[in-house]
Amino acid sequence: MFKVDLKKKILDANEQCAFENTKLLAGKKVFCLNMISSPGSGKTTILAKTITNLKAKLKIAVIEGDIKTDIDTQKIKTTGAPAVQINTHGACHLSAEQITAGLHNLPLDKLDVVIIENVGNLVCPTDFELGENAKLAVLSVAEGDDKPAKYPAIFSKSKALLINKMDLLKVVDFDLERVKADARRLNPGLEIFPISAKTGEGMQNWYDWLLDQAGQNPR
Amino acid sequence: MVAQSLLAAISAEAAKHNARPISAKISCGRLYSINEEILRFAFKAIAKGTPCEGTKLVIEQKPLQAKCRSCEKTFEVDFNSEINCPDCKSSDLEMLPDSPLLLEEIELEELVP
Repeated sequence: MFKVDLKKKILDANEQCAFENTKLLAGKKVFCLNMISSPGSGKTTILAKTITNLKAKLKIAVIEGDIKTDIDTQKIKTTGAPAVQINTHGACHLSAEQITAGLHNLPLDKLDVVIIENVGNLVCPTDFELGENAKLAVLSVAEGDDKPAKYPAIFSKSKALLINKMDLLKVVDFDLERVKADARRLNPGLEIFPISAKTGEGMQNWYDWLLDQAGQNPR
Repeated sequence: MVAQSLLAAISAEAAKHNARPISAKISCGRLYSINEEILRFAFKAIAKGTPCEGTKLVIEQKPLQAKCRSCEKTFEVDFNSEINCPDCKSSDLEMLPDSPLLLEEIELEELVP
């Protein structure tokens, strides 16, 4: 019997593919976000509002990841933005290879930003790099204020956190300060934007951040 | 996907050495959503009928570390309590990158021709 020392990254194949995506996006000067949340946090609504309100300033496209259906892609397309649907047929996250295919179906030369709406899941998508410039976490107040404590990975790895459905704050038990403190303990540099995509509350702060990030000419 | 990638990596290495994989040591950071029991179960299921059937997985979870910006001490992060420097109690901390998901080493047994 003998031992072989490897120190090989197990997800190497996915990471290589993610790296190729990063190169492709950088070459086209497109900023890319990987948006991750539980199902039902309002990701698609946030995107539709953002695309509509920033239409004059940013050309945004969306890659939609869902287990089934193209409901979200249809919703994005009503804004006039390019959108491609990836159905994972049961898989709980998107992988870099699927994003490569998605990117080749988007008019990258004409875009400033690609936002990947990952499969609604606060766990698995955090493990798989897609080639994005940053991860964007979304949490809605109806989900409860214990989520950063219970699901530390996504809050540790994200660059910004949108706390959505602030219009429901008065009817749910959600301690905003607890969420901010728990999330920043894991990730001191995390940008946090309390918003309501429905009423428009706080959306301008998120728009300003996105415009700023997109203008920085990614890595 | 993790189990499949692992199976492919171990099988490739075993084939290169014309040997049978006895065990594989894996390490992963605390922020990975790796559950040992589920990974073992998934690996066992997909390894059936391959050279990896019966290969034992040894999984080591690596703690997440933080560095104190005040006194520069590096320490393990405990998610269940307030995160402060154990020496100077400062909460001005830098989280260090999580350990990657690695196939550290494999133990092989030569195939008798």
